[in-house]
Amino acid sequence: MIAASLKQLSQALATKQVSSVELTQLFLDRIERLNPSLNAFVTVDPEKSLHSARAADARIAAGTAGPLTGIPIAQKDIFCAEGWRTTCGSKMLANFVSPYDATVIRKMESEAGLVSQGKTNMDEFAMGSSNETSYFGPVRNPWDSERVPGGSSGGSAAAVAARLAPAATGTDTGGSIRQPAALCNLTGLKPTYGVVSRYGMIAFASSLDQGGPMAASAEDCALLLNVMAGFDERDSTSLDRPLEDYVRDLEKPLAGLRIGLPKEFFGEGCDAGVMAAVRAAIAEYEKLGATTVEVSLPNSHLSVPAYYVIAPAEASSNLSRFDGVRYGFRAEDYGNLDDMYMKSRAQGFGAEVKRRILIGTYVLSHGYYDAYYLQAQRIRRLIADDFVAAFKQCDVIMGPTSPSTAFKLGEKAADPVQMYLSDIYTIAVNLAGLPGMSVPCGFAGGLPVGLQLIGNYFAEARLLNVAHRYQQATDWHQRLPEGMA
Amino acid sequence: MSLTLEQVQRIAHLARIEISESEASTTQSHLNGIFQLIEQMQAVDTRGVEPMAHAQDLSQRLRDDTVSEEDRRAAYQAVAPETEAGLYLVPKVIE
Repeated sequence: MIAASLKQLSQALATKQVSSVELTQLFLDRIERLNPSLNAFVTVDPEKSLHSARAADARIAAGTAGPLTGIPIAQKDIFCAEGWRTTCGSKMLANFVSPYDATVIRKMESEAGLVSQGKTNMDEFAMGSSNETSYFGPVRNPWDSERVPGGSSGGSAAAVAARLAPAATGTDTGGSIRQPAALCNLTGLKPTYGVVSRYGMIAFASSLDQGGPMAASAEDCALLLNVMAGFDERDSTSLDRPLEDYVRDLEKPLAGLRIGLPKEFFGEGCDAGVMAAVRAAIAEYEKLGATTVEVSLPNSHLSVPAYYVIAPAEASSNLSRFDGVRYGFRAEDYGNLDDMYMKSRAQGFGAEVKRRILIGTYVLSHGYYDAYYLQAQRIRRLIADDFVAAFKQCDVIMGPTSPSTAFKLGEKAADPVQMYLSDIYTIAVNLAGLPGMSVPCGFAGGLPVGLQLIGNYFAEARLLNVAHRYQQATDWHQRLPEGMA
Repeated sequence: MSLTLEQVQRIAHLARIEISESEASTTQSHLNGIFQLIEQMQAVDTRGVEPMAHAQDLSQRLRDDTVSEEDRRAAYQAVAPETEAGLYLVPKVIE
């Protein structure tokens, strides 16, 4: 049961082979047994989960169930969920019990009938690529407990990799779904900006943040995206467009698919083992009838510098709401109002979050705005235009998701710049607002490697099709870490 | 470009984050490392390129001016550090 696909779980529930309560209990038991060593979940509330599971069983019995009703899911702790502690990995929100549901949570629980199993650990306010910035301690990679699971959705990634949950939600501002998916052997999808509502998803960099599914396969991701996507009037940047069925094209043959290979993604800077697995995956695609063409993203080397202006600028504004007045942490001892702000924020935020707030404050300050913020936005345009040009020659772009496999805990923690460079292949996608995926494509030194797929705007169904056909021909995505079966 | 200790302290004050002398010097070296990375942007000629604020060129939607939210003050204030009679309490700002 723990290795079953969502489709199989759905069938088992529909045919009463298993109840949602039994399924939920099965995964709750795994959490109890395995989470102490992984630290993937920061909050579980079995009674709450089982309550949802009973409601799901009632819907199944009444014949009003949807395709995913009764299936347990792990929620990244960035999504506000009513009555659940929602921490965003921060001391600032360590005691915050959300009074409302994020749209993603509402759609999953109230509409689709999925059962939230708990809240997963993450880098503080989603700022990190290793999960080491969490106030609740690092998450360990189920493939090697001395290594990081990636970040910021590292708890979600580790939870699904160790099958503490059949699937999870994640969010991706610069790679936070795709990079942990790559490092933990999962399939993850960051949709086109605006496809999934950001309402109730704690904001990091609002023009880049996007929620999406993390699961064992492209088919599972397609089923989940069907639930997560859709216009939301409560999100001012949600796109009002017709609903899509993301499952519809999964089986389409790949004959004639044109794969663009950006020469900038196949140069120096990527581990040889990662590159070998990625090239083998592309050869497999050629066997499936695809052709390849070299494309160029000449400004992609500027994506990390531009991102580290834009994302911190937006974060410094978004995180100004944490002032110890309306919610969140307030320092114990303080003098006047300003002192209360200064102490609450100094004690409530961790080092990486503070660094980014300071960078953002500086680049937006008087006299520096043009040189940094506007320049970064102009480079953002150049990067987006590079993709527009590349997609004239191809249907999908491929390359590595991450330049290395999972690195050791502590290996990059002392040097922020080294950590930032682990997102070198993923960040440009967020700046352009395009959809991107990571798909398991092999192993290097016993650790998972992810193949990144980048699509044109709104090409999620195509990406899922391209990933699914590969997963029909290979079994990398079905490999489980030792001791987790 | 490199930030002085005084600049780091001034930025921290603008961001309303208290910072000690020793923290300031570690922060200074981290921030300067990050700005070294960011400085790569300055070599690019972007004259005539329109800044891109957002992935989609959208204008803000307008909604009808009608009441759409119910009163949930008690629930929202239940998560506040300190309230009284429906008000948020902060240190006195006017003598």
